[in-house]
Amino acid sequence: MENTNHEYTIGTAQHFLPQIGRVIGCGPVELAVFKTSDGQIFAVENKNPHPKGGPLAEGIVSGHYLYDPLYDWKIDLRSGEVQAPDNGKVATFPVTVDGDTVKVTLQGALIQSQI
Amino acid sequence: MRVEREKLVLIGNGMAGVGTIEQILKLGGAYDITIFGSEPHPNYNRIMLSYVLEGSKSIEDIILNDRQWYADNNITLHTGTTVVKIDEEARQVIAENGLAVPYDKVIIATGSNSFILPVPGSTKEGVVGFRDIADCDAMLAAAKQYRTAAVIGGGLLGLEAAKGLVNLGMDVTVVHLLEDLMERQLDHTASSMLQAELKRQGVKFAMGKQTAELTGDERVNGLRFSDGSELQADFVVMAVGIKPNTQLAKDSGITVNRGIVVNDYLQTSMENVYSVGECTEHRGTCYGLVAPLFEQGMVLAKHLCGAATQPYEGSVVSTKLKISGVDVFSAGEFTDTPEHTVISAKDEWKRTYKKILLKDNVIVGAVLFGDVTESANLQKLVKQGTEMTDEIYSEVMGTGCCGGGGNAKKGMSVEAMADEEIVCGCNGVTKKTIVDAVTENGFTTVDEIKACTGATRSCGGCKPVVEQILQFVLGDSFKESAKAGICGCTPLSRDEIVAEITAKGLKTTKEVMNVLEWKQPEGCSKCRPAVNYYLGMIYPDTHEDEKESRFVNERMSANIQKDGTFTVVPRMYGGVTTPEDLKRIADVSLKYDVKVVKVTGGQRLDLIGVKKEDVPKVWEELDMPSGYAYAKSLRTVKTCVGNQFCRFGTQDSMGVGAMLERKYERLDFPAKFKMAVNGCPRNCAESCTKDIGIVGNDGGWEVFIGGNGGIKPRIADAFCKVKTDEELVEVCSAVMQFYRETGNYLERTSEWVERMGLEKIQSVILNNDENRRELAARIDFALAQVSDPWKKMLKEEDTRSALFEKVQH
Repeated sequence: MENTNHEYTIGTAQHFLPQIGRVIGCGPVELAVFKTSDGQIFAVENKNPHPKGGPLAEGIVSGHYLYDPLYDWKIDLRSGEVQAPDNGKVATFPVTVDGDTVKVTLQGALIQSQI
Repeated sequence: MRVEREKLVLIGNGMAGVGTIEQILKLGGAYDITIFGSEPHPNYNRIMLSYVLEGSKSIEDIILNDRQWYADNNITLHTGTTVVKIDEEARQVIAENGLAVPYDKVIIATGSNSFILPVPGSTKEGVVGFRDIADCDAMLAAAKQYRTAAVIGGGLLGLEAAKGLVNLGMDVTVVHLLEDLMERQLDHTASSMLQAELKRQGVKFAMGKQTAELTGDERVNGLRFSDGSELQADFVVMAVGIKPNTQLAKDSGITVNRGIVVNDYLQTSMENVYSVGECTEHRGTCYGLVAPLFEQGMVLAKHLCGAATQPYEGSVVSTKLKISGVDVFSAGEFTDTPEHTVISAKDEWKRTYKKILLKDNVIVGAVLFGDVTESANLQKLVKQGTEMTDEIYSEVMGTGCCGGGGNAKKGMSVEAMADEEIVCGCNGVTKKTIVDAVTENGFTTVDEIKACTGATRSCGGCKPVVEQILQFVLGDSFKESAKAGICGCTPLSRDEIVAEITAKGLKTTKEVMNVLEWKQPEGCSKCRPAVNYYLGMIYPDTHEDEKESRFVNERMSANIQKDGTFTVVPRMYGGVTTPEDLKRIADVSLKYDVKVVKVTGGQRLDLIGVKKEDVPKVWEELDMPSGYAYAKSLRTVKTCVGNQFCRFGTQDSMGVGAMLERKYERLDFPAKFKMAVNGCPRNCAESCTKDIGIVGNDGGWEVFIGGNGGIKPRIADAFCKVKTDEELVEVCSAVMQFYRETGNYLERTSEWVERMGLEKIQSVILNNDENRRELAARIDFALAQVSDPWKKMLKEEDTRSALFEKVQH
């Protein structure tokens, strides 16, 4: 069970507005999904790494970075790493675009450790 | 496999010891660390106590490492525990409470105590030193209860204590044995200028007085001097010097002179036992200032981590007084003797003094008073033993050639600085750490360096050097960043950006950032919303608002709360509603399980805690105009009851307030905008704290601008008086549009009025009828383009669902 991968189809590419996040529930995990200006799609857990928590989907997207909506932390959408001077990490999930279909893979073990 | 780590015990939880531990951690030292501290607090910045006394900082502000830091670094911390012995044979450190901790290496960093003059009466109640938080608390408490204080000692610490007590409202006399203040750092000239300046600030002086006795019964009530004269005082601070705290070392059989004797690697006479800081005596010197402690700590840390290091060969000390408005600096030798060549400049009108001492043309010391901008530079020159040249002379004395070459030379002195040299004494940050921060993270501002490395975080004295390092590393690009653009993405100012947009006809944020060569091609959360606003202000009819460049509240047209729910605020023009509307608000609130219904400061109703996906339905069912509580836009027009009902009312404030709110709603401003309309000078709707405040009287209206009740409260300025409602609208329109056109994004009118100057705004709007009418016409044109976002959002299904709907798989 631990290493089972769960693949979710979360919509089509048109389903996501450029640079504006969208909340997608995937089983137990709530994702914030972003389409960057180069058309790539990134999925991170919709959970602010700031100690006070909160959502991420409403942040401002610039390049491959997200500025979180509540505390303005700068987060790398590719790695989930919070940029200095703040620090922390958001769980990221691999996204594949198959034709027009956008899929996210959630790894069993990852889900366990991140939740 | 677990590697057995060596056990390192630090005795003394102060700046020198913990500073050393921080360096060891940075170097990756493999030790199990235990720290003992006698005080109950975690590690704090002792040199900032003056600020605590002055009231500009709290104790919490000066904590350097909180308990979490110790936990994060797996350090065992024993606060409130005094160590009494190092048992060399058993290899144990033994505390007063019997705790025995085994060690492989020990660092003694027990610091120093206030030296209390051994005169009769010195143990009386009301006599304290100025060393730790407890002393500081005693001084704060005394100031509440007593009126007169004496500070014995006219050195650095004494003067800081005296100024602090004066600020706390006490009548303070500084008693000094010699005729010159700070005689160990300043020459006679600087010293007398300092005394004159402090007198001006309310400090009294008794110079050349030797204290023979402290008088009073249980509590001190005065001082008797050796010449028989007396001084009344309810409270006495002893600041005559410090005494290295060496008891533990003595009791453990370690060699002690004035301080614990160490060699150039900070080793004491006992094997595996080291000592740093004020308790230490190195080559006959005990240091009482902070920079040497970090220099010692750095050498020791490297030694303990097995890293290559130069031996510690002593420090050049420099002094800076931490009293606001009194800038004093000295470094190296400051008293001239016949073998010195003296360069000096004294300006009695500007009250500045500058002296540089040369020995065989080498810069060996300097004293500055009144203007200390050259202090960082001079400190370097003295430290490096630089030879005086024409260039350096013109640079530091500020004479001769024009400023052009100055910057390059400053860069050079930083260039010559060793990598390991400590720039920020408070936090022990080296030049290399700062250079790395700049090169690896691409930092361009002192603030970024501060956030990353901690340099300049405490007293700020090293800021000029940090700036010089930035300049040195960044070269030409520094000039651009020094100009401080609107954010880290661009060196351009608001005015330059607006001018370029107009001149080049730029139409989108992307275009602006591309053409004006933004560092991050898509900007950041600071510049994107700003540029989007400027574009909308310049092209009100054609600019397509960029939702992706809006802060969440404006993009969603609702206020986000910390739990991710939203607040909805319906418009209630002039703060007036109807029973029907109230009923609908209540019904919708019940249906969507609103957490709290709150009356806002601007007389509207907050419906707090609406789930994101419910926000569109709430608006649909409310069927009311959006209240824009989320926007940089007209929020509310607060009103009093006015002449419709109030017996004092002279004008229809509710009617005019509602009319103004309807007219100006929805339009973007640089920041949120609030108004108030009052029916009489009783001002029940508080016009004095609004961006535009309007007060009715019998003959017309008085208009006030630039008020703010926010972070920096400001009372509005009287702007003008008008007779009719039409004139009132025209003036309001002109003020708002002028603010829209010239305000920096996020700049409230309170700041805008101060930046532009009230008279300037008055002359633009009141002295020029044509101008005023044009401004009013431009805002009317912009107002004609706006529409209610919720009416629009409810029609655009795709946008609405992309923004608000959560999809569950």
